[in-house]
Amino acid sequence: MSSKRASELAKENRCWRCVSQANCSVRYAGKPMNIHEYQAKELLQKFDVATTRGRVAATLDEAEQIARELGDVDVVVKAQIHAGGRGKGVFKNGFKGGVHIRKTAEDVREVAAKILGQILVTHQTGPAGRLVNKVLVAESADIACEIYFAVLLDRATATPLIVASTEGGVEIEAVASKSPEKIIREPINPLAGLQPYQARKLAKQLGFESSQLKNASKLFEGLYRTFIAFDCSMVEVNPLVITKTGEVLALDAKFNFDDNALYRHPEIAAMRDFAEEDPREVEASKHGLNYIGLDGNIACLVNGAGLAMATMDIIKFYGGEPANFLDVGGGATEEQVTEAFKILIADKNVRAILVNIFGGIMKCDVIAQGIINAAKSLNLNVPLVVRLEGTNVERGKQLLKESGLALIAADDLADAAQKAVAAAKSK
Amino acid sequence: MSVLVDKNTRLVVQGITGSAGAFHTRQCMDYGTNVVAGVTPGKGGQMFEEKVPVFDTVWEARQKTGCNASMVFVPASAAADSILEAADAGVELVVCITEGIPVMDMMRVKALMRGEKARLIGPNCPGIITPGQCKIGIMPGYIHKPGSIGVISRSGTLTYEAVWQLTSRGYGQSTCIGIGGDPIHGLSHLDCVKLFNNDPETEAMILIGEIGGSAEEEAAKWIKANCKKPVAAFIAGKTAPPGRRMGHAGAIISGGKGTAAGKIEALQAAGIAIAETPAAIADTLIARLKA
Repeated sequence: MSSKRASELAKENRCWRCVSQANCSVRYAGKPMNIHEYQAKELLQKFDVATTRGRVAATLDEAEQIARELGDVDVVVKAQIHAGGRGKGVFKNGFKGGVHIRKTAEDVREVAAKILGQILVTHQTGPAGRLVNKVLVAESADIACEIYFAVLLDRATATPLIVASTEGGVEIEAVASKSPEKIIREPINPLAGLQPYQARKLAKQLGFESSQLKNASKLFEGLYRTFIAFDCSMVEVNPLVITKTGEVLALDAKFNFDDNALYRHPEIAAMRDFAEEDPREVEASKHGLNYIGLDGNIACLVNGAGLAMATMDIIKFYGGEPANFLDVGGGATEEQVTEAFKILIADKNVRAILVNIFGGIMKCDVIAQGIINAAKSLNLNVPLVVRLEGTNVERGKQLLKESGLALIAADDLADAAQKAVAAAKSK
Repeated sequence: MSVLVDKNTRLVVQGITGSAGAFHTRQCMDYGTNVVAGVTPGKGGQMFEEKVPVFDTVWEARQKTGCNASMVFVPASAAADSILEAADAGVELVVCITEGIPVMDMMRVKALMRGEKARLIGPNCPGIITPGQCKIGIMPGYIHKPGSIGVISRSGTLTYEAVWQLTSRGYGQSTCIGIGGDPIHGLSHLDCVKLFNNDPETEAMILIGEIGGSAEEEAAKWIKANCKKPVAAFIAGKTAPPGRRMGHAGAIISGGKGTAAGKIEALQAAGIAIAETPAAIADTLIARLKA
């Protein structure tokens, strides 16, 4: 809570609500932040969670060098992008698969050459694919057994919860629905943390042998500490493996972070890869706007997340398709409203814009002035439906009227949605 | 009558000297809320608006003014501590407006508050209002009207929408509670439903939920078994794509759970009238009242 205006804070890359320098819920609320596999590996290593040996390479020389250091073992080379389905993906250069196993450093170099700088298309990337800038070069584990192990935040009990299963390496949702008895759940007291007996119990439930108990416990405790230390909402290891030589390793880990806590983890915030994100959402977050792009043609500008969702719902109810979710927040400035319009009309699918504001803290005249500024500076060429209610609504409506803008005024939410749907269809 | 707050509520504002805290404290005072104290560490001894004493700690404020409710406007990094401070001082109701508190902090707050008599509303919420008597929070006062409908909601502006629909159709509210949009928060939908069910002057309820979690389902189950008062509900987020967080940290669909369809089904099974659109929230309840 600062005396500075939101626009000044936005320029300084600070959030207007918590005034934090780094990321916060308002700025980055669109999507939980993702990190790359190699970054997950680095985080696990900080708490001595055993994982396969290896590192990330950005060049062919680095890839070859890492393979040499690993010695006389099978080496796996994995393309680093945020999308799943890498193994079955195809590069635009025709090369098949984003994950390969090689035996020699020369072969590792050769396969890295076909991956680095190329565009990988998987079932999650869409046809555009993703540019691969880095590969993970690591020892290939000789797997005897695969386990699922996750620490997550259980909102129902407001405690951390460990969810584990002997059925690792597969979709855990499928296991949970087909054989729920195979899902082990261990709640943790957040004030006490994971107790050693809980780790031992989990190890036995997961079928570890007596000789492996110590290593398994150590790994579970390391994962729990990782979860707490980095303010995660989830750390999911799938699979956690037992190798043929009896080692217990976290083979691949997925992290979800609490965006609200990123301000105290600059090292995690720095892992954010903007190239992997929707550029519209990145742009919106720079201006303290909460935007999520969708596939429809009616753009929405709303204050408040609940009302923004409800506005999308009512558009759909009247037969339209929302082009986005956009929450301008509780106290947006004229500048933020203008920026919001810029982002909305940059979407070429948009055939109509619906502004739905219930002024509480936010004053309707401020929004009206923002709309007028945006319309004048941006050359809006799609129909604009405006519904204002709440604080200073009369002054807001008056401003819009005096501006001479060709907009469609709506009396209430239902009227606004119907007019927007009709406008989008006629355009 | 009303629930949780009324004209006897004596409010302390934590973070009263910050810009947002000061602004909203003035708004609450203008509405008629009895603000008896403010707290900002290091600023003890000052007077706010020449009539509200500022203390360094809630403990002192409680001793000297007998405050029984708190409104927290402290920045996110220190808000969890402020909630605990109020609970420790013996304040019965803590309303935390602050947005963006780390979930781990709230997890510890919840664990530490178990067994305390203090009740928590929020965080990341618009607050609570008993129209005509006491407003604790950031909602615009004038859209409300004293009456007999209890309103419970996770969202801010969507609540205003529902309240405004009620007021403009002549239906007043007993109390409106914004429980907040974070995954870990104080009073749940169910806690509020129980309060309204026991309040003789609340005749009916509006329940506004959104995707994510299972709080609405739990409330529905209890209502089916225990509540005779008419209830209407709206669930926001029918069209939200899975896996995306729609502003409220709580509003995320994952693993097929917490969907709007699932919640609506549970609410309907409990005999609750469902508003098909956010524009029909008040009318849905009114139709049920007249039925």
